[in-house]
Amino acid sequence: MTDAPIEHYVNKAEFNPESAVTLTPEQERYYMASQWRLMWWKLRRHRLAVISGIFLAAIYLSIVISEVLAPYNLHARNTRYLYSPPQSVHLFDDGKFVGPFVYGIKASLNLERLQWTYSEDTSDVQKIRYLCVGDDYKGASYLFWGLFPGSFHLFCPAKDGQLFLLGTDRLGRDVLSRIIYGARISLTIGLIGIGISFTMGLTIGGLAGYYGGFIDAVVQRIIEVIRSFPSLPLWMALSAILPVTWSPILVFAGITVILGMLDWPGLARAVRSKLLALREEDFCTAAELMGAKPSRIIGKHLLPSFMSHLIASATLSIPSMILGETALSFLGLGLRPPITSWGVLLNEAQNISVVALYPWLMYPVVPVICIVLAFQFFGDGLRDAADPYK
Amino acid sequence: MFNYIVRRILVMIPTLIVISALVFIIIQLPPGDYFTTYMNELQSRGEKVDAAKLEFLKQQYGFDKPMIEQYFVWATGLLVGDFGYSFEFSRPVSEVVGDRLWLSFIVSFTTILFTWMVSFPIGVYSAVRQYSVGDYTLTFFGFLGLATPNFLLALILQWMAFSYFGTSIGGLMDPQYMDAAWSVDKMLSVLEHLWVPVLVIGTSGTAGMIRRLRANLLDELHKQYYITAKAKGLPPGKALIKYPLRMALNPFIADIGNLLPEVISGAAIVSIVLSLPTTGPMLLNALQSQDMYLAGSFLMFLATLTVIGTLISDLALAVLDPRIRIGGGAAK
Repeated sequence: MTDAPIEHYVNKAEFNPESAVTLTPEQERYYMASQWRLMWWKLRRHRLAVISGIFLAAIYLSIVISEVLAPYNLHARNTRYLYSPPQSVHLFDDGKFVGPFVYGIKASLNLERLQWTYSEDTSDVQKIRYLCVGDDYKGASYLFWGLFPGSFHLFCPAKDGQLFLLGTDRLGRDVLSRIIYGARISLTIGLIGIGISFTMGLTIGGLAGYYGGFIDAVVQRIIEVIRSFPSLPLWMALSAILPVTWSPILVFAGITVILGMLDWPGLARAVRSKLLALREEDFCTAAELMGAKPSRIIGKHLLPSFMSHLIASATLSIPSMILGETALSFLGLGLRPPITSWGVLLNEAQNISVVALYPWLMYPVVPVICIVLAFQFFGDGLRDAADPYK
Repeated sequence: MFNYIVRRILVMIPTLIVISALVFIIIQLPPGDYFTTYMNELQSRGEKVDAAKLEFLKQQYGFDKPMIEQYFVWATGLLVGDFGYSFEFSRPVSEVVGDRLWLSFIVSFTTILFTWMVSFPIGVYSAVRQYSVGDYTLTFFGFLGLATPNFLLALILQWMAFSYFGTSIGGLMDPQYMDAAWSVDKMLSVLEHLWVPVLVIGTSGTAGMIRRLRANLLDELHKQYYITAKAKGLPPGKALIKYPLRMALNPFIADIGNLLPEVISGAAIVSIVLSLPTTGPMLLNALQSQDMYLAGSFLMFLATLTVIGTLISDLALAVLDPRIRIGGGAAK
């Protein structure tokens, strides 16, 4: 037993009375981060959205170099192989490893059904070549972006061989190549269309929300009228207006504008309701008292506070445009060949008997579904990330 | 309540007038008219065209009058059920259209019922059992339905039916009933064929509905009144149905305004693919051949259907939600 008192623990370190107020570097990073950085951090945690975003970025990059990715050029016709079924890729021939190759196609006319039938010619091994240059098979040369001649491909068939991984169509054109080229049109329509609808939505919704009153009432009525039209019949009617004498490029522009012009009401409505609430805030009054013009107040003070939200909802409406173009072209009211989009490709699959005989003509459906899903997931992720309360 | 209904119906009238004007402009916009197209066609076939007859026809249908006057003739005709004249079929539009409007209506209506019936239980389930295997599976299928374009789904279904069962699933009734008068047998035949288009058109709307109901119900489930109700010992089923579900139902009904245009759009294109005797295929045809009054009355019919649908949903909402009924404010 000892009488020594229990020792007190005393921290030797200097006491900082402001320790609760000063931030650790980590906290400081979080508190000082801009809104966009916060959004990025939140988005990064949403795995599905990140994967979809990467997928979309890859696809959009691919349309820059479609010519290189596709083994054939857009209009290459292999008249000996009409409606040829997809070739399967093999690795072993006769138990020997030869790497990825396809067998040659043997075409024979079935006189009973008056139809070409195709079978694998196992004696003809055609190795797939990679990073090949040279015009040594039909359809190898192309004009890069319609300007520079070239013949470099990521992969291509053997010399004077065939490589139809997804079969060929009515004119003997490679379906896979056409899908790769079709991405160019189908995807840009969505982007340009959303650009138009975004600008219109911002301007019109901004005016209605900021000024209110009469302008607001008129805009509200217009929105109501446009929204009460079922979109597809309206698109159909409007695209029937485009004169048949227009060149395919002009039709492309016309269809894009139609899709964009009818999409803005949703965005305008969102902008309007946010502006109506925000213009009563103190910072807005302050800006007004300091003599800022309406355009400056809307553009500099009001819009940025919900821009992230707007971008998220715009992302979510891109797929509907892609689907709209696909539907119109499928019906034959949209784009016309030689412009090739996924809808134009699917136009060939309109007839059920054709589809039953040549089901590979339906393959352009796959990228459509993938792209729409990816936009949906990515947009959902963006919206969650843009929402500060989640 | 009465005031609200009257006001809501009055608001509808200017909307319909603007829509009719818009429809008229749209059908007038294509360069040339049916007669020019018709004349070109005859000439290309090497037949002679009687200019006097053409002039007579143009006068007969008022093509020489100013635009505004033509519009008034057409719009007032609509009010008394005179939809104009179809040039392609050389018969009044109302005769050409026949059952098509009704069949369109039946298809759209059944689709909406189907959408509600399917999405309601699924939405509730995936909200209550959030992040369960069932929730994930159903959400996945919902997304897939959302992403697959209607007409492609129709095509794929048709292809599968064709290649696996060797049957064609197009049409809306057995061929022998095509021109027959309405009877019980014809009705049954229609019901037998109806499920394919309803299923196809319904998928995309169903997916959206499920997701919205799920989100709404989840919001309610996190609120304190629900926690209190559970804490006080209310059985889970009763606690769910009595309060949060009722709150989450509102947007469900209000959403018909969004759902209806979607369903009608879907119905238009799906019926072209499946060759249903509804408005879709004929609209496409009329647009392509510039049969303007036929196309115009279809567009007008589809838009009116949407406007009336929105009206019904607003009224139903007023019945359900006392705040709207008493306040008399807008539904949204």
